[in-house]
Amino acid sequence: MSETESTTTDASETTRPGRERGREDGKFGRYGGQYVPEALMPAIEELTDAYERYVLGNENGFMDEFRERLADFGGRPTPLQRADRLSERYDREIYLKREDLLHGGAHKLNNALGQVLLAKYMGKERIIAETGAGQHGTATAMAAAHLDMPCTIYMGERDINRQRPNVFRMKLNGSDVKPVTAGRGTLKEAISETMRDWAATVEDTHYVIGSIVGPHPFPVMVRDFQAVISEEARKQSLDRVGELPTDVVACAGGGSNTMGTFAAFVDDESVALHAVEAGGSTLEVDEETGVAPNSASLYTGEEGVLHGARTKLLQDSDGQIMESHSISSGLDYAGVGPELAYLVDEGRVTPVAVDDDAALEGFHRLSSTEGIIPALETAHAFGYLEEHTEDLGERVIVNVSGRGDKDLDAAIEETDKRDVPGAPDMSMFTGGM
Amino acid sequence: MAGETPAAAESAEERTDDQTGNSEAIAAAFADGPAYVPYLAVGDPDYESSLAYVEALDRGGADIIELGLPFSEPIAEGSTIQGAIVRALDGGMTPDRFFEFVEELDVDAPLVCMTYYNLIYQYGAGEARSASDASGHAASHDGPRAFVERAAEAGLEGFVVPDLPAEEADPLRTACDEFGLDLVFIVAPTTRGDRLERIMSRVSGYVYVQARLGTTGAKTEVSDRTAESLDRLREYDVPKAVGFGISSGEHAERIVAGGADGIIVGSALVDIVAEGAENDDPVEEVADRLTALSRELKAGAERGYESRIGTPES
Repeated sequence: MSETESTTTDASETTRPGRERGREDGKFGRYGGQYVPEALMPAIEELTDAYERYVLGNENGFMDEFRERLADFGGRPTPLQRADRLSERYDREIYLKREDLLHGGAHKLNNALGQVLLAKYMGKERIIAETGAGQHGTATAMAAAHLDMPCTIYMGERDINRQRPNVFRMKLNGSDVKPVTAGRGTLKEAISETMRDWAATVEDTHYVIGSIVGPHPFPVMVRDFQAVISEEARKQSLDRVGELPTDVVACAGGGSNTMGTFAAFVDDESVALHAVEAGGSTLEVDEETGVAPNSASLYTGEEGVLHGARTKLLQDSDGQIMESHSISSGLDYAGVGPELAYLVDEGRVTPVAVDDDAALEGFHRLSSTEGIIPALETAHAFGYLEEHTEDLGERVIVNVSGRGDKDLDAAIEETDKRDVPGAPDMSMFTGGM
Repeated sequence: MAGETPAAAESAEERTDDQTGNSEAIAAAFADGPAYVPYLAVGDPDYESSLAYVEALDRGGADIIELGLPFSEPIAEGSTIQGAIVRALDGGMTPDRFFEFVEELDVDAPLVCMTYYNLIYQYGAGEARSASDASGHAASHDGPRAFVERAAEAGLEGFVVPDLPAEEADPLRTACDEFGLDLVFIVAPTTRGDRLERIMSRVSGYVYVQARLGTTGAKTEVSDRTAESLDRLREYDVPKAVGFGISSGEHAERIVAGGADGIIVGSALVDIVAEGAENDDPVEEVADRLTALSRELKAGAERGYESRIGTPES
């Protein structure tokens, strides 16, 4: 509560129901809930209680310490920067919320630091987490080292191969990285395996989930930790420009940077919210093999239950979860946060899919014109600007959710496979020539 | 204690319909002596072998059989049952094939379906989707009702749904009552107080007492937290079947001597199926091994029961 009040600049806005949605019972319309094995329920109840006391109630000054550590250790606030070349190109004011400048190079630290600190307040002795691209894993490893907590990270084997630098970073910060070999070895399997660890160790261990997914209170709690992105951006926009943006754009996988970027704007009806999902190679689904060559669960998914919540999912007609795909491992997930599923049904958030090619072009465009190398996840948002310029109003905030250093190998390899306009010739680095 | 098990069977009729005891066959399974409740994933490693394996459990003395309908994200399962689920899915198992399997089975024991909620929820969603409105919003369908109706028609007597806590279970509870099926809930070593009340007010058939924390798997030691759990449940009049980690007749004996009304065994049996699949053993041989282990487990449970009530049968 205090979090909202302290950052709302207009004193007349006393009720912001959208900002607080789901806090009471974990339900977002028909979505949300707590679909987990019984062994985890007491831990989830304990966590709900801790969330209400420390995060909402600022008990023992938890939120004060969280904000202080986000500033001192994390480097907040991050800037809201005008993108001059993109503004010119699209004939609109384009502003970048620079979460890539947060410590660790992505928005993930906001949530990881909040949850590891909360685990400390709760008296837990061990941290576990899943990771897809490795961004949440590295953020959790950093936060665990910073707060002196032992930490184990589960990561799909395929993702480990795609994201080796992040594996090294986690190990350097003292975390144990456990490969998950089930299924295709991506985020979905890593979440399942982390839940299994938690079911066995729940009494002394906290599971730092990396997105606004999972059982209540995770979706609201992760949103509230990530909401600092939009609370800052909203204030920065009002202070700098004197007005709210017309549009806010963020990429969407599980949806933590998305909801973090939208949260403070949900109640501002004049601000259009665009969630950009990974369209992968195509939106067509192969029922036979159970593969969806995309991760567009908001755009194409159907309602179902996965990893503790009712939400929109990529699934076959029987309800088996499909293997998703994206050029960016951080968006490669068959589900999405229940709050986003709800906001899409309500028409408050517009989902859109941007495919691998357009994302890669966005990656190169931002790198070469603005001097910012974005994460491949983030690059989807810039693919959207290019493809859907006409859908946007005159002042657009785009969240640069992470930097692209971790993706250089993948970007070079993917660029070499395609004819990307304006991209440098990288064949000498792939052995192609 | 001795009088508790028969009381549970008798009380089925007295209970209000949202409480317990829809299936007479399940009540009967606990009525005279301890119930041996084996689990196998249906379709592991293929449809035909799986039929033979489930029938082998029945020959081995199964009082209730839990049939796993494989789901792609089995978050409550350890590596053994995950392996079974992968083999079954690779072998083409689907909810519709599962129901055909149940119809084709020739067994005496009542059958309980163990699966995850998304498969229950999605069954029948297809029709609702084709009736979607123009905005693309799926019309809300009957939730679990279509699945439960089909399960009842196929001859199933109940469900265990590991990712469905009591808080989210009312639609399934209602559908089970409509079609006369039982809904079994899992009680963990960490379940206490209000949560235990909430579960016990919704459970029917039997309560699945999770012997230790973690996922399913055939561990050699059975946790002494089982005794604590059974103690907490003593006042409730529903049969208590203990599962997670039971793999031998000796385990079964100790668990039943400690107050359990039944034992649930999964991973130790799945191990036999997995080994058979790996070595390409003849189906009959694997089936015989399943029958033999079943007899050992059942005999162990009976020894435990005798030592508890202090009146040997013969």
